[in-house]
Amino acid sequence: MSELDLVPPPAGPDLLDRPSPTSATDADQPRGTRPRSHPLLRPTSLLALLVVLLVVLAAMAPGLFAHASPYDSDFAHKLQAPGGSHWFGTDQLGRDVFSRVVHGTSLTLRATLVAVAIAFGVGATLGLLAGYLRGLVDTVVMRFVDILLAIPSLLLALAVVTALGPGTIKVAVAVGVSSVATFARITRAEVLRVRSSDFVEAATVIGLRRSAVLARHVLPNAAGPAVALATLELGTAIIAVSSLSFLGFGAPLPQPEWGSLVAEGRDYLATAWWLAAMPCSVIVAVVLSANRISRAVGKTGRR
Amino acid sequence: MSRRSGAGGPGVGRYLAGRIGQTVLVLWGAHAVSFVLLYLLPSDAVTIKLMGSTGLEAGSFDPQTLATAREELGVDSSIWSQYVANLGRLLHGDLGISYQRGTTVSSLLGEALPHTLLLAGSTIVLAVVLGIGLGAVIGYVRRPGLREALLAVPPLAVSVPAFAIGLVLIQVFAFRLRVLPSSGTDGLSSLVLPTVALAVPLAAPIAQVFAKGLLSSLDQPYIDTVFAKGASRTQVLRHAVLNSISPTLALVGVLVGGLIGGAVITETVFTREGIGTLTVSAVQSQDLPVVQAIVLISAAAYALATLLVDVLHPVIDKRVTHARATA
Repeated sequence: MSELDLVPPPAGPDLLDRPSPTSATDADQPRGTRPRSHPLLRPTSLLALLVVLLVVLAAMAPGLFAHASPYDSDFAHKLQAPGGSHWFGTDQLGRDVFSRVVHGTSLTLRATLVAVAIAFGVGATLGLLAGYLRGLVDTVVMRFVDILLAIPSLLLALAVVTALGPGTIKVAVAVGVSSVATFARITRAEVLRVRSSDFVEAATVIGLRRSAVLARHVLPNAAGPAVALATLELGTAIIAVSSLSFLGFGAPLPQPEWGSLVAEGRDYLATAWWLAAMPCSVIVAVVLSANRISRAVGKTGRR
Repeated sequence: MSRRSGAGGPGVGRYLAGRIGQTVLVLWGAHAVSFVLLYLLPSDAVTIKLMGSTGLEAGSFDPQTLATAREELGVDSSIWSQYVANLGRLLHGDLGISYQRGTTVSSLLGEALPHTLLLAGSTIVLAVVLGIGLGAVIGYVRRPGLREALLAVPPLAVSVPAFAIGLVLIQVFAFRLRVLPSSGTDGLSSLVLPTVALAVPLAAPIAQVFAKGLLSSLDQPYIDTVFAKGASRTQVLRHAVLNSISPTLALVGVLVGGLIGGAVITETVFTREGIGTLTVSAVQSQDLPVVQAIVLISAAAYALATLLVDVLHPVIDKRVTHARATA
């Protein structure tokens, strides 16, 4: 790595979270002498937590929110605009769009979590090994990461989908694989930082085994940024999963997924805007909330 | 340029050679990754090829057809020799034959690439203008409330999926206002909406990184000196811009390299011809040679864009020399 490789990780926490020296006051923080509240307890963070909570509930128990069936068609009431009986309107077959969005939550959320778990698990392990063992392992792993970073993540995901075929979980694997490189980079950088600190040196000097130093001292202290990135990656993964589903590589129809709902609605854009707009708004609200929480978590970690 | 070339010295050549070697290594690696993903992972590449070229269902092929296809694909030879054959063809400029359409992959790419290059070019210009513009405004405004509000715009923009931006643009400008076409590849008017849709997600991180650099530059002591010498706010900003452009430039290189990925979504939303829509149809029909070629092209785009940025870096930021990098 030369000094000129200033390339920042594509969506590292730094990009979205910038405590700049000149902007001391946060927009959502009332100016005054009151002590600053915990970042997760500010109004916008609480709203974001509420949105995420609702989404998790909708994924686990869709019946709590939507009483109409996501599959039953009702041709007498097709393509109705949003209103009292159908919050998000009805689609070309008279199905309740709100119900389809709610029932689509579980597939989309499951894919997102699987994707982040793969990216975090594989990426953090690679970064940890590279940063701690250094030498040949480091070189090989980081060259591999460079190669993965050179392939745009959506195309890498599409290549995996080509090999595995369509489906919710396969899409999740594809998205996870495409974000491994970012996690590896962040974790390695953090491990390198922690590794050179005095307490790690002390632990080594008093004769702890390398694995013990790694597990007890390096890992807990290097985990912060990787965890912050994982929460940020939730938002990114929702977008990536929905994008692949929008392109038609998710669960087969008529199973609802947020992305495929938008794709279905796209054909009726001129006459029934709500078909695409409603699932899109839900995606945006959830991604914004996830990013908001991620920033709050990132700030907490630095205190 | 000539005045500074002495500062670079003999290190520049070594730096360039190393950097180009690194690029070649990345491209070789991208080929290996694409080969492993596309030719080793699928359970049965032969059936995929036959289903693509004949349109028949799996299991409906007679043994003779299967044997011919196996021979054509060379799947009976070892993985290693398949890999060498695949790499060898690529080095001879042969990207293979599309399973789906039966024509050479090169000719398919030749048809699609100009459309995508046009879109990519206009997108970069717009994204840089929007990103630098917003970043500069953030650096220029002094009211903390307004600055915070502007700083909140880029995180908002990156939270919106590219397809949502595209659909909103179509809804507003094509269906409501009826001023621009909602789809198509012909004419400049069909280029406007896709360019905006593709540029907004790129402009957001550019604005963030540029504003961040600008604000931290404005905090440096030399800025006070420039002010004390009686410079106007605009002149001061110019100093800060020149000293904070490097990370932005590096970011633009990365974003340019990733444009083919974004084009996949945008071209689908706007039903435009190009590499993006070619990718989607190739993935749908498991057209392995086409997917592999597109993965390689986008890796090459990324590698070349970042190489170009690294090479141009000292020209733009005069504090950087390549000689130091190799020392």
